[in-house]
This record gives sequence, structure tokens and C-alpha cells, in this order.
Amino acid sequence: MKLNIASGISNKKIQIFAATGGKELSSKLPLIIFLHGAGMDHTVWNLQTRYFAYHGYSVLSIDFPGHGRSEGPLMENIEQMADWIPELINVTAKIFGNTGASKSKLKMASLVGHSMGALVALECAARYPKLLTSISLLGVSATMPVHPVLLEAASNSGRSENNESLAYDLVTSWGHGRTGHFGISPVPGMSLIGGGRALLSSSPKAALGIGLKACNAYQNGMQAAKKVTCPTLCLMGSEDKMTPPKQGEKLSAKIANAKTHLLQDCGHMMMLEKSYQTLQALKVHLSST
Amino acid sequence: MDPKLFKFNTLSLHGGHRPDLETGARAVPIYQTTSYVFKDSDHAAALYNLEQGGHIYSRISNPTVSVLEERIAALEGGTGAVATASGQSALFAAIMTLMGQGNHIVSSSSLYGGSINLFQHTLPRFGIETTFVNPRKPGEFRKAIRKETRLVFGEIIGNPGLEILDVPEIAKIAHEAGLPLLIDATFNTPYLCRALELGADLVSHSVTKWMGGHGVAIGGAVVEGGQFDWEVDGKFPTLTEPYAAFEGINFFEEFGPQAFSMRMRSEAMRDFGPAMSPQNAFYILQGLETLSLRMDRHISNTGKLLEFLKSSEEIAWVKHPNLTDHPDHELASRILPKGAGSIIVFGVKAGSPGGGREAGAAFINSLQLASHLANVGDAKTLVIHPASTTHAQMDSKTMKKAGLTEDMIRLSVGLEDVNDIIDDFKQALRKSAKTRGTTK
Repeated sequence: MKLNIASGISNKKIQIFAATGGKELSSKLPLIIFLHGAGMDHTVWNLQTRYFAYHGYSVLSIDFPGHGRSEGPLMENIEQMADWIPELINVTAKIFGNTGASKSKLKMASLVGHSMGALVALECAARYPKLLTSISLLGVSATMPVHPVLLEAASNSGRSENNESLAYDLVTSWGHGRTGHFGISPVPGMSLIGGGRALLSSSPKAALGIGLKACNAYQNGMQAAKKVTCPTLCLMGSEDKMTPPKQGEKLSAKIANAKTHLLQDCGHMMMLEKSYQTLQALKVHLSST
Repeated sequence: MDPKLFKFNTLSLHGGHRPDLETGARAVPIYQTTSYVFKDSDHAAALYNLEQGGHIYSRISNPTVSVLEERIAALEGGTGAVATASGQSALFAAIMTLMGQGNHIVSSSSLYGGSINLFQHTLPRFGIETTFVNPRKPGEFRKAIRKETRLVFGEIIGNPGLEILDVPEIAKIAHEAGLPLLIDATFNTPYLCRALELGADLVSHSVTKWMGGHGVAIGGAVVEGGQFDWEVDGKFPTLTEPYAAFEGINFFEEFGPQAFSMRMRSEAMRDFGPAMSPQNAFYILQGLETLSLRMDRHISNTGKLLEFLKSSEEIAWVKHPNLTDHPDHELASRILPKGAGSIIVFGVKAGSPGGGREAGAAFINSLQLASHLANVGDAKTLVIHPASTTHAQMDSKTMKKAGLTEDMIRLSVGLEDVNDIIDDFKQALRKSAKTRGTTK
């Protein structure tokens, strides 16, 4: 569905795309918002969103501005993206909340974020504690330093064919664990590496570069963690090269109400590599909050 | 910086599979089962509603077949693949996934005879028309596109005329019209050319041929490129509009770069049922393991056979895109740099009133090593006379359009010691010349 919402950079309204998992939102059902990583879009969550939508939740799986089917401009830092989430919740509550229900459940949300989306969820939870029911941080660490070669290649997105291609290859390679490189997709016949690369290469120009730059620049993770009060799940892959599990554990230790869950034989793209296990971990966490 | 993604030969051996954790089995197991036990009723419902990935019933997917699908997808650089019972069912399922009554296809006229039959005689009964165009004239593709057109189709190496399709140019024409390009890559395999990298959006295969390479199992596959915008002009409602059979799912919205494969599996495999058996998938996997080695040998033997045929006085003409006098030689060198496949077509000199057709028949009947049969891409050398077999249902006009001549012999060069193949050809040419009374 499309939502008209302020861009996050100015008050100018833009059209944002959000998948709902195949069900309409209901003010009677708790809201989960899924936040994708740099250069990606809502489709990375399809093995979780549809399930939750059919099992008692309102689901919004957004394309960040300038990503996927959402209009731009791109937001350039994590804090900006975190400040945009309350606006997203407000707009959603206004559209779907006026159904006569005395207390709309759409006024609060659980955030499920991956990588860049996890940093956004973390920062948002620190800034707007009353707005969030819980957060789930997938492939997360307090800082996300990006290799300079990747940063450089991605920043050339749209200008140099070779560099662009290298950036997609590097993210695809580093984003998957060893098993992911062999394939063995949870969805029969689908290629994890091929699917991941195609998603990146078909994303709007500069989305990956600016997203990675935002991750690289973010330094407030540990401070934000100390302010988070809502129940938190840190979900990590044992073979994650982009956000190594040790770093995720350090962050988790700073969050008062956090649980960690390590997915074995899994890289950074856990919602695709280990979709079923990711779903189970999220189910346990979300049902307990 | 090397991204350290697995390369072609590694993927040929390992794509889509790791040794079984419980048994340690190194080879891909043959999961000879029709169905799969659900973890619980919630899991069953989630699988049926596409909320989770997994196997339900082997008509739709099977673990052995899935290894093959992932491996082919990886070798082609695609986002996913669906394997089918044959190359023809792959093509049919792809078309049925994209369009319905009232739609139209623009296709190269130089195709496998079975594909021409499908387009010319079968699909019109379902309300789908095809316009055939000369593969050497990209402008004809553009002119033939109508508002009802939903697909542009061709073979990179035409069968049997060996015309080379300018894939980047045809892809450009298709994309300018908001249409996907489907390439039948059977004759080239991903080792010689990856059509998706040249701009194609979908690739189909008869994996019976070089991909398997052994001639023991029939199979097909469709690979998705993941770059095509299916929302263009609302032309592809099967992918972009709610599908009632799955609670109104919108495949493109839900699955993005894998939308086509998901729809093809969810609908075509479920409703038409052209499933590949796990046993056949296993056989094809054995072949794929040596694809690059075999293709190198096919190409090398083809080069030697071409030298022989060009120098033989009994041969009237010989065609192969690697020959400098082939009209598509330059294009072939560009898009098929490792070699333009291992099919050679040629005619034996006519020496009797029966002309080249009779001369060819006499030659084929005299072969002792090469096999006369209806297949290509076997490890063994094969020959056939297309005008009386694979393309026999065509009228003379269609035959001409498809690049066929009455005297044409199609040779699929095998992996034998090349001098043995040449010796066989020499003796067959001698015998056929005697039969025709033209021995010098």
C-alpha cells in the first residue's frame, strides 16, 4: 500500500510503499514495522511478514524513502531515519485507527530492523521509548564500520558500472554465511546469492551508497542502548562478517531488557538464510511483549 | 578486491548443496518421495499460504530437484529457477505464467521444431498468437510488437540454421517496448554464454542436452533474471495483481526479483504438473558437475570437425558460426567468445537425381560411430536429417523461414577422440559416394 508521509528531510509529503503481508491493517491488532537494510527493500522480509499478518498482527514492511517503490529523497543518517518512524506510526494510526475502536493498537509499534534498519530501530527506541512496544535487532552492532573499498564502490553507484557491480558483489558475498554461498535456500529453487544481488542492483541509484555511509557514520549505538527500555531481541548470525556476533553481544549487554539469540551456520542475511529460525525467534519475542 | 563469490566450476559441483549433516552423504541424495511431513498444523498452513518456504508435494517442489534448480540458477546468474519435466514444458509453463488469451509473442523464426509447433499450432488454440521474425533482422522484432505482445523469444544459436541472435540488441528492443526477453539457451549453456548478463530477463533450457550431457534423462528449466519491472504498463497482471488462489497475493510486491519463479511454481507446477522426477534431477546434476570440461571438449572437437568438413570434397557446404564465412561470425565471436556451440550443419554433394537430400540420407545410413537419432548435446556424436524428422511438420515456407534446407544434416559433435569421428565420416562419405555412383 502507499502512504503519504513527510519525507523525513522536509515537510514535503512523499509516497511511501509498505507491504502489509497480504492483510489489511486493523486497529485491533498490534502493529509490527519491518525496517530493511541499506540498498534493500521490503521484499527481504517476505518469509516473516506474511506469517505475522496471518497470525494476529498488523504488518507494515516499508521501503525507506528513496528505496524500492518509495519516493525519495534518501535520508542521509540514522538519526534522521529514527526521527521519521514516529511520523510513520502517526500516519498509519490516522488512516487505520479511526475504526471506532476505543483504543487503537496502531498508536504503538514493535520495530523489527535489519542492519541499517536495526540501527534505526535502536536509535528510535532510545529517542521515543513510549512509542515502541518492543524492538528486534537483526544483524546489529553498536557501530557498523564499512570497509573503505565497499564504501568507495557503493558511493559511485550510478556513475561507474564497474564500481557499482563490485559494491553489489561485496555486499552479497559478505552478507551471506558459508552455507548461503552454496545456496540451499529455504524457498525451493531460489538463489540466495542471485536474489540478493538482483535486489541490490535493481534498487534506486545511490540507495546502497548513502545507506552504507549512514551506517558507517553512526556512532551513538552504545549511548542509545543505555536508553532503551522496551523488550529487545538481538538476533545474530554465527558467521556474520558485517556485524560479527561478538559485537552484537556487546551491544545487547548494554540494553537493560535484552535477549540475544544466535543463529548457527548463518551470515548477515538471517531473515533469508535462516528464514524459519528467524521467524521462530521473532514469534517468541513478539508474543512475550 | 575479489568479492570471493564462488566461480562457475565450483558452482557446477556444489551449487545448492552441502553434504547431508545426518548421514554425511557427499552426493546429492535422491529424495524419492511424493510428500513431506509437516511440523504441525500451523506449519502446514503457513506453507500452503506461502508464508514460509519448504516442500509440500513433489509435483510442486522436491529437495533433489531444488538442488538442481539452485545450481542452474547460480550458473546462469539468476535469482531462481524452476525445473520441469522437459524443455518444452519449461517453455509452455513460462508462457502460461506470463500471459493468457488475447496475448501475443514475437519470436525468432529459427527455433527447435517443437517450439515452432507450440507457437504456430498449439498456442493459437488457447488464444495466444505468435509472429515469427528473422533473427538476423532486429528491426523485424520491433515492427512485429503489438499492444497485446507480452514476450519476445529466441534461441541464441538457432536450431538448426545456427543463426546467432543479437541478444543485447533484441533485449534493448524488448525493453523499450516494456517486454521481457526469454532466451532458450539450450545450445549454448551458461558456460558459453550467460544470456541474463546480455540483457535477457528469462532463460529456458532443455537440460536434456548439454547440461545433462549423457542422454539418459529428459528435463527442462526456466531461470529468472530478477531485473525486469513487471509493473510496466500493467501488462503482467499474473505477477502484479492479486491472485485469488493465494488469498489475493501480489507476487511482484511480495517476492520482488523472484516473483516470476514463485508464480510459475505456485501456479504452473501446481495446476499443469510438469514436474521433473528426483531421479532425473539426480542424473542432470551428475552431468552439470562436468559441464565446463565437456563443453571445452565439445568446442575443441567441433573445431577439428569443421576443418575436416571444410576440406572434404564430398561436402557441398558447411555452416558454423565460428567459421569466418558465417554471416554471424563477428557477433558469435562477441557474445560466444569460448565457442559458438557444437552443432554443425552441412550438406553432402548431390550425385544423383535425389539430390542433396538423398545424398545426406546415404551418408547418415553409412555412419558406424555417430548415432542417427533425435537429440543433440549428448556426449556421443549424433546426426539427423531435420527436414524429414525434427522439423518435418513444417511446410516449405516455414522451413525456409527457419533456415532449413532439404539437404541439411545436423551434426551434434560428441566427446569421442576426434580422429575416430573423422574416420567414421570419411568411411561414410566414401560409402555414400559409392551408393550414388560418384566415387572418383
